[in-house]
Formats: sequence, C-alpha cells, structure tokens
Amino acid sequence: MSDAADQPIIQFDKVNKWYGQFHALRDIDLSVARGERIVICGPSGSGKSTLIRCVNWLEEHQQGRLIVDGVELSDDPKAIEAARRTVGMVFQQFNLFPHLSVLENLTLAPTWVNKLPLNEARERAMAQLERVRIADQAHKYPLQLSGGQQQRVAIARALCLTPKIMLLDEPTSALDPEMIKEVLDVMIELAGQGITMLCVTHEMGFARSIADRIVFMDQGQIVEQNAPGEFFANPANERTREFLSKILNH
Amino acid sequence: MSAVFTSIPARAAPLRMLGARPWIRTRLFPDWTNGAATVLIAALLAWFLPQLLDWALFNAVFSNDNAACRAVAHDAARPGACWGVITEKYRVILFGRFPHADHWRPLLASLILVLMLVASCRPRCWRRWLAPAWIAAFAAFFLLMRGGVAGLTYVETARWGGLPLTLLLATLGIAAAFPIAVLAALGRLSPLPAVRAACIGYIELVRGVPLISVLFMASFMFPLFLPPGMTPDVLLRVLAGITLFAAAYLAEVVRGGLQAIPVGQIEAAKSLGLGYWQTQRRIALPQALRHVVPAIMNSFISTFKDTSLVTVVSLYELTGALGLALRGDTDWRPFYFEAYLFIAIIYWTGCYAMSSYSHWVERRLAVSNQTTGNAR
Repeated sequence: MSDAADQPIIQFDKVNKWYGQFHALRDIDLSVARGERIVICGPSGSGKSTLIRCVNWLEEHQQGRLIVDGVELSDDPKAIEAARRTVGMVFQQFNLFPHLSVLENLTLAPTWVNKLPLNEARERAMAQLERVRIADQAHKYPLQLSGGQQQRVAIARALCLTPKIMLLDEPTSALDPEMIKEVLDVMIELAGQGITMLCVTHEMGFARSIADRIVFMDQGQIVEQNAPGEFFANPANERTREFLSKILNH
Repeated sequence: MSAVFTSIPARAAPLRMLGARPWIRTRLFPDWTNGAATVLIAALLAWFLPQLLDWALFNAVFSNDNAACRAVAHDAARPGACWGVITEKYRVILFGRFPHADHWRPLLASLILVLMLVASCRPRCWRRWLAPAWIAAFAAFFLLMRGGVAGLTYVETARWGGLPLTLLLATLGIAAAFPIAVLAALGRLSPLPAVRAACIGYIELVRGVPLISVLFMASFMFPLFLPPGMTPDVLLRVLAGITLFAAAYLAEVVRGGLQAIPVGQIEAAKSLGLGYWQTQRRIALPQALRHVVPAIMNSFISTFKDTSLVTVVSLYELTGALGLALRGDTDWRPFYFEAYLFIAIIYWTGCYAMSSYSHWVERRLAVSNQTTGNAR
C-alpha cells in the first residue's frame, strides 16, 4: 500500500444502520483524509454518535462499506482488531476504569494489548499525562478527580496506543461549565499535531477554530458539509440554518 | 456599583456530647417507648442470665462421669449441663470412624486446612505461590487421611469423618465452585446462543432441585449408569455434587454483579482493543465481584453449613459423627443437647469468622476504591 497516504483514511460508502425498525444511519457517504479534522454536529438523535461509533465497530453497520485505514470493517475479528488498534476513542462519560489508578488506566491496554513491558508502558503513560498536564495525579483513582481532569486522563489513555484516528463523542457535554475550557485546550493542542480527528460536539467556537470541515447531520443523514467559514456564513440548507439559529442565538 | 465578596471562614461542627450520662440518655432512654424496652430487656436478662449460668457452669458436670451427669440432669431444683458427654465423646465427634490410634492424622490434616484458610485471608499472602500452596495443602491432607504410604496404614474414604471431612467438603467445594460460577455467569451473559442456553440450563436445573436430591443422585443413582468397577469414590461424587450445587447459586450472584457494570466500561475496554477475556478479567470481573462481596460470602456460608447434609448419604462429617457417637450408646444418648451445642459452637465460629472477614474486605475495598471524591 505505497499510495496509502493519498487514500482517505476513513471511507463511508452508502452505509446504513438500523436499531430494530429505527433507521439510524441512511446512505452515509463520507470520506476523511489523513490528518483531517472533522466536527460533526446536529440535533440529538440525528445519528452523529452512531456514525463515529461505527468507525471502531462499537456499532456495526448493516449495509454499505466502511473502510478504516485500508481495512474494510466486517464481523471478521481480525478487521475489528485492526480498526481498534488504529482508532482511539474519548467518551462523553469519560469511562475511566474506577478500580484502577490513573496510571493503571493508561498502562492497561499497552501492556495487555500491545504487550509492551510495564516500565516502557509507564514511561509512555507519564509522557501522555504530562501532555494533558495532569502528571501529578497519576497515582489517584479516577473518581477522586474533577470531571475535566477525568476527561483529560481519558484523552491521554486513548493517546497511549498512538492511534492514527481519534474519535471524540461529545467530550465536553458532561462537564461543569468551568471545566470545559481545560479540555478544549487539550483538544486544540491535539488538533495541531496532525492526528485525524472526528469530533461530535456542540462547541461551535471550537469547531470554527480547529475544524477543516463541519458535517451537519439530521435524521440519520448528512445534510451538508463544508469548511467552517462557509458553513457558518452561508449554510446551504434550510435545516442547517434553523439548527444554527437555535444554537448560536441564545 | 460592585459588591465585594467576603468569604465566611470554615467553623468546627458543634461538639457531640461525650461521657456516660449523655450516652445512656441518648442510647437507652431517648423517649418513653425505648426507655420501657430498655427496662423490660434488662429485667428479662436479670431473670434469665443467672439460670443460664447456673445450668451451663455452676451446676454443670465437666468430667465424663455418667452417673453424675444423670443425677444433675434429673435434678429439677438445680438442673445442670452434662459437658461430660463431650469429654467422653469428643474424639468420635471430631474424627468420626477414623481408627482411634491414628487420630493425630485427621487432627494434623484439619490444622493444615485451617492454617491455609487463615493465611489466605491475609493480603500479605495474596501472591503467586498461594495456588501451589493450596494444591500442596490438599495433597498433604489426602496423604495424611488416606495413608497407604510412608508407613501410614490405609484408611478408606468411607471411614473419614468429623471436622476434617466438614473442612474438606467446604473448602474444596467453595474453591471449585467459584471458577465454575464465574464461567457459568459469563456464559449466561454470552452473545453465543448455544453457550447461553447451556449455562441457563445448568443453573436453572440445579437451582430447581434440593441439595439432598443432588446428593442422593451423586451417591446412589450415578453409579447405576456406570459399568461396575468404574464408579468413582463416593466422597468424590458427593464433592462434585456440592460443588455443582454451590456453583449454580454463586453464578447468579456473579451475574448480578456483572449486570451492574455500566455498558460504557465495556465499550471503553473494547475501544482500547481489549479482547473478550481480557475485558472480563481486567475490567468487568474486578468491578463486578467487589459489588457482590456480601452476597458471595452469603453463598460461602450456606455451602459451609450445607455440608452437614452429606450425612444422609452415609458420610459422617461433624453432624453425622455426632449421631455416630451417641446413637448406639445408651449411657450418653440422653445428652444430645449438650453435644449439639458443642458442634453448633464450631459451626458458628466458622460462620462468624467468614462474615467478619467479609466486612473487613468490604471496608478495605471502600478505602482503596474511593468513589466519593476527595472528601474521604
């Protein structure tokens, strides 16, 4: 795969997904270039979380093709394993492991999945904790930390596996207002480092400053996508205008 | 116009009233109903305790003097306990039909198990060598009990009895039931339909029958299905029955713990690339088991006491050995009550130790797994 750099790193091709009879994703076509930073927004229930959760197979699509870093996702365990090695994820509810210390949260996957020696995994973990400015809390348990600190640990945990793609599923939605900034700062720093990012968020200021492209979804469909400047200045679709007027003018 | 924020310095909480008088007033006589209950209970104790002490200690016979025992038991004015029955029979109660001259063997075997149990409770001993140590302990136990080597006379399992049998059935039963229970619980939650059906079948079948019938099956029915001469030892069959029975109940306890794990935990483990077994071993089970420590200990205590049922298939553990000791002896048969008290104390000691240990484990987990932020 010598031309891998030119290929999109993620390619959705007519992807469909149902929950029972509910049609959650409808004919999704989306291709993401290496290093591209995409913000996905839309009303609740529009399928934005489902969309990014398909990328590491936390949700499986039922129709269409989804290719992540050259591997087509299917129920073949090898493909899922490969995707999960390339993709890191940050959740709305942090999902840190409460029975493990911060440091153990970060070394768990490197030692058990990548079979890294423990001291090497620890070094890598401490480096990531420095990066999110929380190294002094390494030996605490997650529930002793504030929400903002927990989410920064969760970002560091995902980065410990040196992923090529980061999925962020409403990373600031469960935070107290005073803590949103510290997490956004870490995310902005991350965005500056060339990693491919797919972020579901309602933080439009963040979207405007870091996104290469904004994808707007409604009712399981991609309504429109554009560079942030165009997206905010000249939304093409009536539905987009309505959504933006609700979240920008309050 | 800007107001200045002045913070109020933190003050100490008002002191609790200390000393004997406030304690008595708040704990024993907070209002007239509780006060009346206190007086009533104190009166009952004052009436009952002296009689109990007279019976159990001051009028009791401690030597194995049968005539004195009968006299004190029939003395209506000053009734006393006949602890002599224990002085006379304790070896049969503790060791059953094991050859009398070799009683040091079951004694030593029991001590080995008790010492291992005590050692295993200490976090200092939670090391890799603990499992091999247990295997060695059980090997030593079987060697001592069975004999046939190193100059020890051979004693068949049918003659094992009393305390070592109770300890063996309880420890080996619990130790074997635990992993089976974890697997059955995981199986019942498995996405694979065949595995799930098999585990549901096993759990519901075993939970649907009383232990006594499982023991009867193991002891009498099971050999009928096997060619003669191929039947495993009765002790082994009964042990398997107890294990499978305890595991079915424990599996449901473990399943309850697993189902309480938030789905986000499992998703986080998946997103980090952990496989099914790694997720269960590192993420789900450690959290699930600490949620259900009290229920697990409940199961263990039940299993410990359930071992007394093996007496119905002619294995003479503590309860059975007691019957063995007194049933055929007309001199001592009247003093069943005192003998039952004796083994009741043994069972109670074991159960109380288990329950205290479980409380200790809970407190320890609460400290190491802080769930309420910096405040604690």
